[in-house]
Amino acid sequence: MDYGLDRKSTSLKTFNTIFIIVWLLIACFPFIWTFWGSFKVRADFFSRSDWWYAISAFNTLIETGGKFTTDAYTQAWTEGEFWKASKNTIIVTVFVVSISLFLGTLGAYALSRSTERYAFWILIAALIFRAMPHITLVSGYLFPFFQLQIWGILPTTIVVLVAINQPFTLWLLYSFFKTVPKELDESALIDGCSYFQAFRHIIMPVMWPGVITAGLFSLMLAYNDFTVTALLLNQENHTMVPKIQSYLGTNQHEGNLMWAVSAVVSATAPLFMLVMFFQRQVISGLTAGAVKG
Amino acid sequence: MGINAPLTQNLMPNKTFFWFFLPTGLAMILFIGLPIISTGIQSFYAQHDQVVKEVKKCDPFGCTVSIVVDNEETTKLREAKPLGKFNGFGTYVDRNHLAIDEIKKFWNETESFGAFVDQVTNLPFYKALIFTLTYCLFVTPNVLLLGFIIALSLNAVARKIRGPLIFGTILPMIVTPLVGSLVLFWMIDSQGIIGANIQNLMNDPYLSLKSSKTLTWITIIIYGIWHHSPFAFVVFYAALQTVPQEPVEAAIIDGASRFQRIKHIVLPHIYPVVTFVALISLMDNFRVFEPIIGFSAEGSAQSLSWLIYDNLVNEEVILFGSAAATSMMTIVGIAILLAPVLIRTWKEFKTAR
Repeated sequence: MDYGLDRKSTSLKTFNTIFIIVWLLIACFPFIWTFWGSFKVRADFFSRSDWWYAISAFNTLIETGGKFTTDAYTQAWTEGEFWKASKNTIIVTVFVVSISLFLGTLGAYALSRSTERYAFWILIAALIFRAMPHITLVSGYLFPFFQLQIWGILPTTIVVLVAINQPFTLWLLYSFFKTVPKELDESALIDGCSYFQAFRHIIMPVMWPGVITAGLFSLMLAYNDFTVTALLLNQENHTMVPKIQSYLGTNQHEGNLMWAVSAVVSATAPLFMLVMFFQRQVISGLTAGAVKG
Repeated sequence: MGINAPLTQNLMPNKTFFWFFLPTGLAMILFIGLPIISTGIQSFYAQHDQVVKEVKKCDPFGCTVSIVVDNEETTKLREAKPLGKFNGFGTYVDRNHLAIDEIKKFWNETESFGAFVDQVTNLPFYKALIFTLTYCLFVTPNVLLLGFIIALSLNAVARKIRGPLIFGTILPMIVTPLVGSLVLFWMIDSQGIIGANIQNLMNDPYLSLKSSKTLTWITIIIYGIWHHSPFAFVVFYAALQTVPQEPVEAAIIDGASRFQRIKHIVLPHIYPVVTFVALISLMDNFRVFEPIIGFSAEGSAQSLSWLIYDNLVNEEVILFGSAAATSMMTIVGIAILLAPVLIRTWKEFKTAR
């Protein structure tokens, strides 16, 4: 909205700038602060006596001899077995993203090309499924999974996360497929392609932006999930987020809270970099369903 | 048209649709549809009582009969019927859920209506329901408002620097709620940078998040606004890009103020998007749960989802029935929230045909 006519007064401009700076501080400072604090010892970052210690590194200097220490990281990754948690997260994320996209593109393509009444109702059902709190679904899983003895392992969690993720993926990809003109598949069908061939060779190549966006959202869901992974995985198979929570629970140990701090930074950093890289896709995904109303 | 006519009417025959949709449909039926049914069934069962037996013990002074738990029989029963005993709607009406009997008792015993409300809101389910609703009620409108203001504000800055500003703005949204709440909690806790300074400022060494219920609620609500506003921002920002220029320019020439332009041109244009954001935000807020763990606020703030979680991580025996009953009632809550939207969609669908 850069109107040539629209002259803003100086006071309005100043006010706007101040507002943005304040908001960005609120939005980003907690992360910067946690990042900074993760290189301190606990007595500094969680100082009882003086919060300035977190900046001057009073205790860190005494305990480690330097102003910054990576002790929390090394301990969390080795002793705290955070390496295992991140390995599990990578496995879960990779499988969830690839299976979600495979199922989602097929289903969303069909939905976008069908004009039957049931296609509409399936989309509505997906919307209702999307609204289900994950914890209510988990309370449905636990008992059967115990009985079938498939509780606690990674494959179960992967399948569950894929399923939970489908409604959103379907809606997102559906709105992307809608933008691909039907004439494209029609001409392919007339040329003698099967539906699957048309989908595979004509439609998918122009769908990459949508697929990347949907992939990013599946990734964020799988990577960030707490409810499902905390309750469906055993201690051994925990992913990063439930692992962070387990560090909080064992507060008696002096080092553990700092493990949580460093683990939070370790888990958040890759996500931030990814979003920085794919910012455009994230935003187009969030708005895909919305702008069309 | 000619040869294309049947194709355009329905591009995809039912059979093709079926095979394309089968994998995702199966996944959703098996892992979203069935679990809801499974939850429904579980909610009618309760865990077995312990089997007791009478033990007659005799000593020189005579015989006593005592009742002890028969562990062997209890285990056997639990293994034979793992789902528990059939309880009908028993779990729904017990003290930890709808608490019908307790409410009747309070109604008859308490003198004033205020005292009655007080008693009822101390029951676990109602306590959680009230927190959940309060959270939704305060977070959703503020998210819409703050998101809209940020969108307007960012839309007014130079295009070149918008990229990094948008990145900074969406950070609170992309971290998982547990991490987001922890990061804030570590700052406002009594040992954190903000908490410690407020203590100094107020000169009250005991002032802390956990010291008051109201403070805890306010903190979690502020967290909710912080976490969800970026989502509203992104959608509104994208919608603002599509506002047509001509009416705005005409309004400027006619001397409309900035506020009037937003009220009469921008807002009506993005209205459908506002409903969308409100709906999504309401659905997400209704399942609030991770911040309660992040802020370790279990003591003074419990949500419906947290109640279910608490039943499922119960130390001794997992309270499947209790968790399932709360889940079913949460689903009913979601259905009530969604009803207006579904009815509207249905009407639009009818008229479109």
